[in-house]
Amino acid sequence: MLYFSKLRVFSVLIFTLIISYFTISNFTNVDDEFFSKNIKLGLDLQGGSYLLLEIDNEPVITQRLQSKVLEFKKFFKDKDIKVRNFVIEDKSIIFDVENSKIEDVKSLLDDDKSEINPYFQQYKSHQFNFENMDTSFKLEFSDYGLVLLKNSSLDQAIEIVRRRVDEVGTNEPNILKRGNDRILVELPGLDDPGRIKSLLGKTANLTFQFISSSSEESFGTEKLSFEDGSSEAIVSKRIVLSGDNLMDAKPTMNNQTNETVVSFSLDRVGAKKFGKATSNGVGKRLAIVLDGKIISAPEVREPIIGGNGQISGNFTFQSATDLALLLRSGALPAPLNIIEERTVGPDLGKDSINAGIMSLIIGFILVVAFMFYKYRFFGLIANLALISNLFLLVGILTLFEATLTLPGIAGIILTVGMAVDANVLIFERIKEELKNENNSIVAFDSGYTKSRTTILDANITTLIAAVILFFMGSGPIKGFSITLGVGILTTLFSVYFIARLITAYYVIKNKHKEKLI
Amino acid sequence: MKTIYFNKFYKSFNILSGILIIASLVFLVFKGLNFGVDFKGGTLIELRTDKSSANITKIRDSFNQMNLGDVSVKNFGNETDFVVKFEKQNSNDPQFIEEIKTKLSNSIGNVDFRRVENVGPKVSAELLRSGVIAIALSLAAMLLYIWIRFEWQFSLGAILALFHDVIITLGVFSVFSLEINLSIVAAVLTIVGYSMNDTVVIFDRVRENLRKYADVKIFELTNISINETLSRTIITSVTTLLALLSIFIFGGEILKGFSLAMILGVIFGTYSSIYIANPVLVSLKVSQRTIVKEEKE
Repeated sequence: MLYFSKLRVFSVLIFTLIISYFTISNFTNVDDEFFSKNIKLGLDLQGGSYLLLEIDNEPVITQRLQSKVLEFKKFFKDKDIKVRNFVIEDKSIIFDVENSKIEDVKSLLDDDKSEINPYFQQYKSHQFNFENMDTSFKLEFSDYGLVLLKNSSLDQAIEIVRRRVDEVGTNEPNILKRGNDRILVELPGLDDPGRIKSLLGKTANLTFQFISSSSEESFGTEKLSFEDGSSEAIVSKRIVLSGDNLMDAKPTMNNQTNETVVSFSLDRVGAKKFGKATSNGVGKRLAIVLDGKIISAPEVREPIIGGNGQISGNFTFQSATDLALLLRSGALPAPLNIIEERTVGPDLGKDSINAGIMSLIIGFILVVAFMFYKYRFFGLIANLALISNLFLLVGILTLFEATLTLPGIAGIILTVGMAVDANVLIFERIKEELKNENNSIVAFDSGYTKSRTTILDANITTLIAAVILFFMGSGPIKGFSITLGVGILTTLFSVYFIARLITAYYVIKNKHKEKLI
Repeated sequence: MKTIYFNKFYKSFNILSGILIIASLVFLVFKGLNFGVDFKGGTLIELRTDKSSANITKIRDSFNQMNLGDVSVKNFGNETDFVVKFEKQNSNDPQFIEEIKTKLSNSIGNVDFRRVENVGPKVSAELLRSGVIAIALSLAAMLLYIWIRFEWQFSLGAILALFHDVIITLGVFSVFSLEINLSIVAAVLTIVGYSMNDTVVIFDRVRENLRKYADVKIFELTNISINETLSRTIITSVTTLLALLSIFIFGGEILKGFSLAMILGVIFGTYSSIYIANPVLVSLKVSQRTIVKEEKE
């Protein structure tokens, strides 16, 4: 255990130096991209906001079922099968089929090549599961159909969330999927997430609908209230234009009324639709509806043909800016709920870093002093191993750009406390061996050999705990598990390569000295 | 070094541990744990006030007027810092926190919200579940590991020691109503690792000695092994405790609960390696045959 080949000594040195370099690079400015890596600070250390959003997929499911009903009607009409009594109830579609065609419908729905109920070979599942009772059919999304739907609405939503967050211009936001209906948004440096929250909380479904004069519209009507809650109006269900046709939107000043408004421009299709509708509707009031609330309902004085328009509605400059931003970034497929929020102010983050570093330094000094007191020269070796251990640990965290959190710093300090254990086990064992063995080289060698399994056992148990934490924990706790886990690996390296190397040199040089340890 | 007769006190300390475990369980069942917002849901605000104006009563009064459900206010570190917790969480209303801040500023003067945590009921239930799973999983993984590495008598001893440490640590948290949050789960897992580590070191020695001395009774043998590893046990727990104490004292308020749980865990872990794990070997009458038989198979 005491023999080191030159090559090995060399590689240990090189490895240690390179990794340690990354530790130092945290405190220096190097221009090169690869060599100027820095440890990433977690939100709890640099300050910022963590938001967990959950998509409310209920409306999407209903919407999808509604359009599926239309598809079914057309499909069965083409196949000359009479179906009736379509109802959407409890997230399922129910309909009746004429008696003679029950089997046909069954096979159409159950076919692997079904057009209307697609079959996904790799998941062995149709989009819908169905039940049949007499003439009645009941269809509901299969598990996989539901996953597919959720995934597609999550993909859309995450794109919109990204656009909105980017438009606000926070630095380096982190936007990630979580499961199949959640989005994690991390906003470093943001200590007041109020604005982002209000932007993410809006679906931003924009529609233009005429205020209905008579209640017998062919499309039906609905009663909507105004944004400010002042009154209600009956609105035609016919959607003249929706936000999908919007190309751009920005806050501007209306020179005539001296009011802040949101100007928008439409794409070609939208401009055409809008022109036609406003030509036919001169004199009527056109309601501008956002998420089911009327923002304003101006009278159409003349046809609007150019594809440019304005939305008025008692805006402040801020609210006009936000509305324009929402319209530019597009509508969310479904409402998002914020189910978890954690915000840390920047000065608390700074205090935490200071406290963390303070306790690291003090903890380190205490441990180092204690080891020196207990083992003198070998204490120095253990301490040297400890220092290189720290450099390796921080270096590896930097190299992999791991995120350092406050519990992560605690993990480093804990590593300092526990890392000496391996050297202690070895030294104690050597002391025991020396009692019965005069040749100190032999004693040292067997001290290392005999303590090896114990050290491995002891470290593996802690490593198991760290790995489980890594997979089960979130955020700051994950940071703890990373430093603890990496700390164990660097501990073993520093004990078995660095400390053992120095010990070996020392023992071989001083083999005739009495009372080595 | 002089031999210490740990084995003389196996019985008395086992009785003590039994009492502590029962007491802890009684507290855990009847008093329960003081779950923080991570596991209970709700809102936590850490705030800093101007020196002059605020005290706990004033802050509590102004929060109570806002209809936020149960409100708890505690000093946090120094005189001007407070942690306020209440049941209501309304993170969907973007103005929720802002409004609280305005109202609070009106009644007690300038405040700075240093930290806001808002956890919905669904998330807190999930966090609690994954915390429990993590602890259960780590215990199971330790059991598996030690089962592979040692004979079943040793596994039983080690696992009993683990349960002992976890239950009593949680018991202390229950008795003093200390807050259980995510970092406590991390602490408990680390305790599990540490306690196991400590037990394994002694057990390795017991097994080695079983091979060496055929005719020494296990009662004596455990004592020899404990003594042989004693200085290591002491040195390692001292260095670990030094590091933890440094976190506890200088690491700031946020890490207080975490480091306290760890300190308790290290103390109980060291104790249980000696007084729980070893007596189990004695009562299971482990002998050289136990390990020789295993090795022959």
